[in-house]
Order: sequence, then structure tokens, then C-alpha cells
Amino acid sequence: MDLILLFFLVVCALAAVFMKDLLSATIVLVAYSLIMALVWMRLNAVDVAFTEAAVGAGITTVLIIATLSRTERMEADAGGRKGYFMRLVPIVVVVAICGVLVYGTMDMPDFGDPEAPAHQHVADRYIEKAYHETASENFVTAVLANYRGYDTLGETVVIFTAGLGVLLLLRRRRR
Amino acid sequence: MKEHIVIRTVVKVFIPFIQLFALYVIAHGELGPGGGFQGGVIFGASIILYVIVFGIEDGRKRISEKMSDILSSTGVLIYAGIGVLCLFVGGAYLEYGSLPLGGYKIANSLGMYGIEIGVGITVAAVMISIFFEMARHDEYD
Repeated sequence: MDLILLFFLVVCALAAVFMKDLLSATIVLVAYSLIMALVWMRLNAVDVAFTEAAVGAGITTVLIIATLSRTERMEADAGGRKGYFMRLVPIVVVVAICGVLVYGTMDMPDFGDPEAPAHQHVADRYIEKAYHETASENFVTAVLANYRGYDTLGETVVIFTAGLGVLLLLRRRRR
Repeated sequence: MKEHIVIRTVVKVFIPFIQLFALYVIAHGELGPGGGFQGGVIFGASIILYVIVFGIEDGRKRISEKMSDILSSTGVLIYAGIGVLCLFVGGAYLEYGSLPLGGYKIANSLGMYGIEIGVGITVAAVMISIFFEMARHDEYD
């Protein structure tokens, strides 16, 4: 099941890259986001799957299509010798980085291993004490909003700043 | 899309349910999957749906520029304000346990609830503002 999902993920990504029509590429990215949400569900990360489905398959699609309405719909064609070079260098860079990442994951502990370093220090305390200290049964929300509340404050300010940036760039007053 | 009466009717019926679901997701962040961020995104998506079907001018009459600007900063104000409120009653910044709301556990829970509302408001307002700015045609184009 996981392999089928991963296979479709790769197919969607390749299709989105090789399409010239940017509107169709956006729709393929919606399918990518949906399959990604299923992958998160298989990994038991329900909040992340919820966010991925809401944000990836909903909001970013709408915003990308709204942006496309202001620019060209078809990807510009880069032909000739310069086009060949432009297509070769990113492939080499991406394959090199992919190789390094795969080599890095070979050393990682097994999925769900209780001896893994990520599960050692504070994770036990969060799991044991989350209900007693915060009266919330979803300890992902308890970690996000209570134990790591600063990070969520930073995230909110980042979203606000992004909105502010778009407003400053695009909103013009009639003189 | 004003001519398509099926789409108009269905969207008019659906949008209150989508918003109610968004508020449900924000409010039940502590009991199930969800939380402020997801609920805010769903709420913003419902307003964007309204603007797509009924047009930008109609959407702007419902949510003016001033309102979406004020709302996007209100959420951050609520979040940071709860933190400062915790400073006033003697705890650390964002330590909701020291708020005098009836015990350490209840105060933590209510503090988390308050900041989820703040996050939801900011996220929804920012999504709406960005969509309005992107989709607008002004005379400079």
C-alpha cells in the first residue's frame, strides 16, 4: 500500500514538472497533495494530514490559480543550446542532493523505534503529563499550544507578515 | 458565475455549514485532530468560495479591506496579549497555568483555547486578503 502511494507520488511530481500548461500542473499538484495526506495518515500523523489536505489541496491551489490569472498560462519555452544547458544543470544538482539524502536516511533508526534519540528526552514527559497538566486529549495540540507555545506564536507572526508583504506589494492606492 | 443558478444555490446553502465545520475544528483542537491553523484555513476557504462564485465586488461588500486588515492583526494581538496577561498575573510569558481561572489544569486548557482562536482568526483573514489582492483587476493591468 505504501509503495503504491509512493509510486503515485512520483508519477504526480514528474507529471507536474513536465507539463507545459501551468493550470493542469496545478491540478496535478492537488492530486500530489491528496496522496501526501494519505501518506501522512499511513504514518499516523493525523493533524499533519489534516493540515496538508486543507492547505495543500485547498488554499495553495486557489492562490496559485489566482496568480496564474495575472501572468501567462503556458510555460515559456527555452529552446536551443541555452535551453539544453538550463535543463541539464538542475537535473544534475537534484540527483546529487537526492543521492546524499538517501545515503543519510540509511543510518536512521527504524520507524517507531522506542530507543531512537528523538523519543528519549522530552517525548516521554509530554506523553505522560499532557493530559494531567493541560486537560487536552490530543497531545499534538498540547505540545503546539502549550509546551511549544513560542513556536506557534512565531508561526502566526510569519503568516501575518506574509499577508502584510502581499498587501504592501500589490495594493495600490488611487492617487 | 452569476448565471449558473445551480452553483449559486448550492454554494449559498453550503457556506454556513463549511464555516460551522471550521469553527468546530478550531474549538475541538484539544479533543481530536485539528486546531487553530486548520480551522482558520477552512474558514478562509469558505469566504474564498463565496468570492469565486459571486464576484469580487460582492465579496468586498461583505468583507471590506479595513475589516480584513484589522482581523489579521487581531489574531496576533490576541495571542501575544494572552502571553502578556500571564505576565501581569505573575507567571512567565505564555504560562497560562498562572491565570486565575480556577486551577492549573483549567487555566492551561482555557489559555490554549484562547490562542487557538487567535491563530484561527489571523490565518483566515490572511488567506482572504491574499486572495483578494491576487484576484483583483485594477486599471493598471
